[in-house]
Amino acid sequence: MPRYRFPQPAASEITPEPVWRERRRLLAGLGGLAALPLLPACRQPEAVPPPAGNPLSIVRQTDTTGGEALTRFADVTGYNNFYEFGTGKDDPARHAHTLRPRPWSVEVAGAADRTGRFDLEDVLAPHPLEERIYRLRCVEGWSMVIPWIGFPLADLLRRFEPTSQARFVAFRTLLDPERMPGQRRRILDWPYVEALTIDEAMHPLAFIATGVYGQELPNQNGAPLRLVVPWKYGFKSIKSIVRIEFLAEQPLTSWERSAPHEYGFYANVNPEVDHPRWSQRSERRIAGSGTSVFAERIPTRLFNGYAEQVGALYTGLDLRRFY
Amino acid sequence: MPAPAAVAAWPAAAIRSAVFLACLAPLLWLALQLLRGDLGADPVARLTHETGIWALRLLLLSLAMTPLRRLTGSPWPLRLRRMIGLFAFAYAAAHLLVYVALDLQAYWPQLLEDIVRRPFITVGAAALALLLPLALTSTRAMQRRLGRRWRTLHRLVYPAAVLACLHFLWLVKADWREPAIHLGIALLLLALRLPPLARAITRRGTQT
Ligand code: HEM
Repeated sequence: MPRYRFPQPAASEITPEPVWRERRRLLAGLGGLAALPLLPACRQPEAVPPPAGNPLSIVRQTDTTGGEALTRFADVTGYNNFYEFGTGKDDPARHAHTLRPRPWSVEVAGAADRTGRFDLEDVLAPHPLEERIYRLRCVEGWSMVIPWIGFPLADLLRRFEPTSQARFVAFRTLLDPERMPGQRRRILDWPYVEALTIDEAMHPLAFIATGVYGQELPNQNGAPLRLVVPWKYGFKSIKSIVRIEFLAEQPLTSWERSAPHEYGFYANVNPEVDHPRWSQRSERRIAGSGTSVFAERIPTRLFNGYAEQVGALYTGLDLRRFY
Repeated sequence: MPAPAAVAAWPAAAIRSAVFLACLAPLLWLALQLLRGDLGADPVARLTHETGIWALRLLLLSLAMTPLRRLTGSPWPLRLRRMIGLFAFAYAAAHLLVYVALDLQAYWPQLLEDIVRRPFITVGAAALALLLPLALTSTRAMQRRLGRRWRTLHRLVYPAAVLACLHFLWLVKADWREPAIHLGIALLLLALRLPPLARAITRRGTQT
């Protein structure tokens, strides 16, 4: 298997100096990268509140963006699409306290040798945590840069020993209108369902996040565990997962069901393929110290800038037809 | 002691000023939040949405004035109608300006493509295009010059309101409740203009 390469920055995105300085200061504060088996996870200069629970320790930090400015903690945790708690961008932060992410369990089903219901602790226990700084591009035309904490999805899926029948992996969000009051209205066909091909799911960039900014995921970001697929539009990165199923056939995902002409199964970030209501050619980046109304729009890149890593997954696929 | 005429004029000026300030308040509030950097994670989206929603609300409010006049018999709704309508247009113009200058920026030529290819923008632009001649002919002088044709022209506000609601309905991803409520109100206000309904709601003695 070829060695996996993380993205190299294009000349245009060499880190601006102030950001670079800030990063250096952070790294210095951490006391060097390689030496420590356990690093305290990323700390940001800007008002990241102390973790509510135990701070998360990580074994590795990877910035896949080549030093793009991070989105503030307040924006990552205060501006969310999580319709289970309301359709306004600030609804999840206001209402997700009802979620109760512990105790939690994950059901594993379908074409795998180890299926059944697993306690969250057993799901998470074997996986050392790492930090991955990823871009996140929403289909609505805005984007963020987020320091997730978690582990590769492939590492998790392999433990369930999927069989050769398993060509797709479907994920399901909790269904519980008591804890997710947004589900009392049928905005979508609850529960939320998302899926990947098995090759996508096994790709080293596909990630399970259990934390962000050095602490456990706040409820509104999809506690206690969520998917992060940085080369696809944000809605593919399903939150608060309770079920994982290995399938032989391609399942219908929530947004495909809701509006099949607008949302496809793949939903790969692609500036050449417009959404009927939004051009996808460019994006508003929500990042840096407070977003300004004059912040510059930036061009959107194929596979959200991860083409070098994931392009091979789609050789021969007509990306216009399979949007 | 002030002259009797001045006493009578005072409440009229006060009512006008109060409505003027009320119409201006959302814009001032947005400007204040803008200056304080308080518009949230995506300030451009916030500005687009707030100016759009206030344009629509004021447009519907201006449409409510004629039925209100019939219901109450008071002369006030008709006296305030033009100001409210002009504010609706101002918010809609600000809405377009935010979209082009702050959102699209260097990508502004995309506006034409958006108008052609994205139905929700097409109908939004159509609504604004219908409101423009109304704003331009809103002065008393134009009203006099156009005579009877002025009333006919200003009926364009009906399709404009419906198109603005469709614009809203078409742009939401899944939660249709809010645009549906606005469309419902628009259709109700238009229905109240149908002769039988208009007669039914008119207070006796009201001249229409
Ligand atoms: C050329 C004309 C127009 C353009 C280009 C335009 C563009 C837009 C855009 C880009 C959005 C945000 C869409 C999104 O977030 O996905 C929007 C929202 C909106 N626009 Fe317009 N618009 C136009 C005219 C109008 C007019 C004339 C009205 C009303 C009188 C209006 C009312 C609204 C409303 C109510 C919203 C939704 C606000 C919300 O979500 O709270 N627009 N418009």
